[in-house]
Amino acid sequence: MNSIDKLIHLLARLPGLGPRSARRVALFLIKKHESLLVPLREALGEISNSIKNCEVCGNVDTNSPCQICCDAKRNSNQLCVLEEVADLWAMERTTAFKGRYHVLGGRLSAIDGIGPGDLNIEKLIERVKDREITEIILATNLTVDGETTAHYITDCLSASNVKITRLAHGVPVGGELDFLDDGTLTAALKARRQVNSQL
Amino acid sequence: MEWQDEGYVLASRPHGEAASIVSLLTSQNGRFSGLVHGGQSRRQRAALQVGNKVTAVWRARLDEHLGKYSIELESSTIAQLLGEPGKLLALSSASELVEAVIPERDPCPNLYRSFSALLGSFDGEYWAATYVYWELHLLTDIGFGLDLSECAGTGVTEDLVFVSPKSGKAVSRQAGEPYKDKLLTLPAFLKGTSGAQVSGKDLADGLLLTGYFLQKCVFQPRQKKLPDSRVRLAGKLSMNN
Repeated sequence: MNSIDKLIHLLARLPGLGPRSARRVALFLIKKHESLLVPLREALGEISNSIKNCEVCGNVDTNSPCQICCDAKRNSNQLCVLEEVADLWAMERTTAFKGRYHVLGGRLSAIDGIGPGDLNIEKLIERVKDREITEIILATNLTVDGETTAHYITDCLSASNVKITRLAHGVPVGGELDFLDDGTLTAALKARRQVNSQL
Repeated sequence: MEWQDEGYVLASRPHGEAASIVSLLTSQNGRFSGLVHGGQSRRQRAALQVGNKVTAVWRARLDEHLGKYSIELESSTIAQLLGEPGKLLALSSASELVEAVIPERDPCPNLYRSFSALLGSFDGEYWAATYVYWELHLLTDIGFGLDLSECAGTGVTEDLVFVSPKSGKAVSRQAGEPYKDKLLTLPAFLKGTSGAQVSGKDLADGLLLTGYFLQKCVFQPRQKKLPDSRVRLAGKLSMNN
């Protein structure tokens, strides 16, 4: 296998790319040698040498502790618990949350053979012992496994005095009731809240 | 080959980038797996949550092929179980037990009906007792049913309070008294004598009983343990005892 074939073979393993698209990407990279291939090679080399999991929260960054954990401007009282790093990035995109994070690295799933020992839960319990934290926001996914994980963490933290909250579930922004599935509507109905008429 | 059936989602595993392999407990065809194209998409993922009732069409060129499912959601279970950790654990445990215990493509209409009744019980307050009954039904369906009708030693049908861990038969108070440390407790509600009143201890005893036989007859020979969710459910109900 020559180096071009090897590149195509590796690109084809990326999500969203098959062999055909991998060939297109490889040709594009070869054509844009100076402007894309060389910077990409440098970026990949840099990342592969320096990427690590944050020892505090489980995020991926080039430093450990990560930028978020080192940011003194963030609210250290709130800790948002997430399943994956992708969820952390989604939360960061909103810019609505200014607290700190804890990435579990998955969710409890007997079908997939993932138990509490496989997740970053012990470190979470250690972090909660820190008196700075007053609220834990459980932001696991709304699946049976995600909910089970949230309840398990709630049980683990029940002895501590922190407030434990869960992300609300319901109608998405811009959503029309007619197009929602029954489950989402039921969840929205369960999580309904009083309308405040005051300014 | 093609059939249409209703069923409950037992498990959904990612396959490749977009598809899922979904295992259903169907009313006529038993536990049956198939490929769902786009099963990981935002639209389909919601329908493929464990416990959801769906209408499924399964198609394959040959019977022995994995086949492809077209799935339409009938009703969502998880939305009703938000904030209900016990019920959620019961759902996970029941799904995982069926997935682990029932052979594929073996019609089991009785189990389907009892599974459906279990999910229906989540609307009421006696779901935990229904869950214990369901595990008893499961043991019966797979050929390890317990005989709780008469005493294994004396044949009497009254005052049955123990179960023999060896034979799975009930034992009367009088016959079992000398061996009570070695016998399992038979909770009154499993004999149908205590009406609707089921205490926390009864539930814990019931789960201990069914758990013992599930472990002994099903999981131990396969060198496996009871599913985590089943263990956590028993622990949670024991804590409320």
